[in-house]
Amino acid sequence: MGPQLRAASARNSATVPAARLEDGSRVGVVGSGPAGSFFAYFLLDLAETLGRSLDVEIYESRDFCSPAPAGCNMCGGIVSESLVQLLATEGILLPSTVIQRGIDSYVLHMDVGSVRIGTPLDEMRVGAVHRGLGPRDVKDAKWSSFDAFLQSKAVARGARIVRSRVDGLSLVEGRPQVHTVEGDSTSYDLLVVAGGVNSDTPAMLEAMGIGYRGPRTTTAFIREYFLGRDMLDRTLGSSMHVFLLNIPHLEFAAIIPKGEYATVCLLGHGMDKRQADAFMNAPEVRACFPTEMLLPQRSCQCSPRINLQAARRPFADRVLVLGDCGVTRLYKDGIGAAYRTAKIAAAAAILHGISESSFRRHFWPAARSIEIDNRIGRFTFAVTRQIQRHRFARRGLLRMTALEQQEEGRLRRMSQVLWDVFTGSAPYGAVLTRTLHPGFLGRLVWSLASANLQALLPKPKDHKPPSLGAAPGALK
Amino acid sequence: MNRGLLGRVYHDGEVIVRQGDEGHCMYVVQDGEVEAVTYREGREIPLRVLGEGAIIGEMSLFDREVRSATVRAKGEARLLTIDKETLLRRVQEDPSLVLRIVKSMSRRVRELSDELARSRSQS
Repeated sequence: MGPQLRAASARNSATVPAARLEDGSRVGVVGSGPAGSFFAYFLLDLAETLGRSLDVEIYESRDFCSPAPAGCNMCGGIVSESLVQLLATEGILLPSTVIQRGIDSYVLHMDVGSVRIGTPLDEMRVGAVHRGLGPRDVKDAKWSSFDAFLQSKAVARGARIVRSRVDGLSLVEGRPQVHTVEGDSTSYDLLVVAGGVNSDTPAMLEAMGIGYRGPRTTTAFIREYFLGRDMLDRTLGSSMHVFLLNIPHLEFAAIIPKGEYATVCLLGHGMDKRQADAFMNAPEVRACFPTEMLLPQRSCQCSPRINLQAARRPFADRVLVLGDCGVTRLYKDGIGAAYRTAKIAAAAAILHGISESSFRRHFWPAARSIEIDNRIGRFTFAVTRQIQRHRFARRGLLRMTALEQQEEGRLRRMSQVLWDVFTGSAPYGAVLTRTLHPGFLGRLVWSLASANLQALLPKPKDHKPPSLGAAPGALK
Repeated sequence: MNRGLLGRVYHDGEVIVRQGDEGHCMYVVQDGEVEAVTYREGREIPLRVLGEGAIIGEMSLFDREVRSATVRAKGEARLLTIDKETLLRRVQEDPSLVLRIVKSMSRRVRELSDELARSRSQS
């Protein structure tokens, strides 16, 4: 080591404490969405188990108890089947004041017909939530915000909420600092940034000079309609309705029933109001509602950016980036990805230290596995796009799924694949493995042949597309 | 009916797991109470009553033995089923996930030890 390097090292060791979290260490968390709250919760939980006392501050200027947009985190609002189970195992029970509707099935709608895919356990296993208090016109709020619920869990563990807007992040003598619009600057031993891709966070992180580069994004489109509880029960029921329609750039569309609202969620490349209108007027969507029913005016809408590809270098000495401005799952189960990465990050920070090398060894492999799985996800959605474009493929898919749902005891290979893709419950790699099973491929070829041969046969005049096993009142 | 409830409702006396059956999942009590009982020589022996947040049937995740007790709803109870596959897949990445299950099991071992000590000191 040369004299200059030695001098710099001595200077740093004089000013920068050891790169580990000790009793009394200060941790700053920017953003109190799921990633920020989960991180604070699990960090404090592990610290308590180890008998260490940490000072954790969460910066969140939004009040999740306000209707959109002031309290909203712009998301479809689905807590996946796997996340519901994992949280229950962790002892985090999602109350009925937060879960606006338990989902027990999916209904897949296509121009060739519809099919209902139910859970084999006859349980409500997916939760529909609002991230904030609800849409713009919510008056008598009967449910609480999901993000507020998670925030309250972190606060109950000992985190403190700082109601200030962050307008800058920096490194001063190796220690991260948070700057607020009020002009306050606070130093921390560890800074965790979970501000979200729809905020100034990526730009602030890039300006820190830690080698971070924000994720590649596109826009999704979300709309809320007030339908009232009775109408939701009669139309959408306890099913999430998924649509494979041939609309340009649309990868996936869903209508999710919640307390009194239906959330319309369009995923793809550059979704906008025009595509949303085209979707709402599609006959497959109109058929979900009684013919005489006019859809009410939308309650609110937004086009949030969503993460398509992970950020570059989402960690550095004493700095970690979580949530969708770091690494998340492609299109699905972003809340589940926030839980996974936040928990792994908390364990890495408290058990192995807060240096870059610790995060590289103990946090990055898990985060990178999500990004690698997303590559398989891109392939999965490319196949879905082909199904959307080719009617013969849609017929085969419908036939295979419908027969599985109708016959008791039959292996539900296609149903399981669709369930995992729609719910985001399983990694895309696991979904792909299921589709490579010879039994799946054989049944698919047979279904494609039989469904398309049947379609060529002459039909009676009053023939309608099949609606197999679907929820009553929800189908053509 | 509250649409925001997760899991499945079991009515009073309804059996959730049966002693001697093979088990492929565990359960978390979301709401209400369940009672665990065992059968010896045709007699029913009550073991314990478990409430909200309790984990039941977890032993079947770690061994391949049959269920060691019958668990049934005490009044109306709501439970969520936890798949073995979902849990084990996550445990591979995050072993700390089983901490709570281990804590719950070690609490029961302590209770059993206390009970054994009490019954031996009485006899």
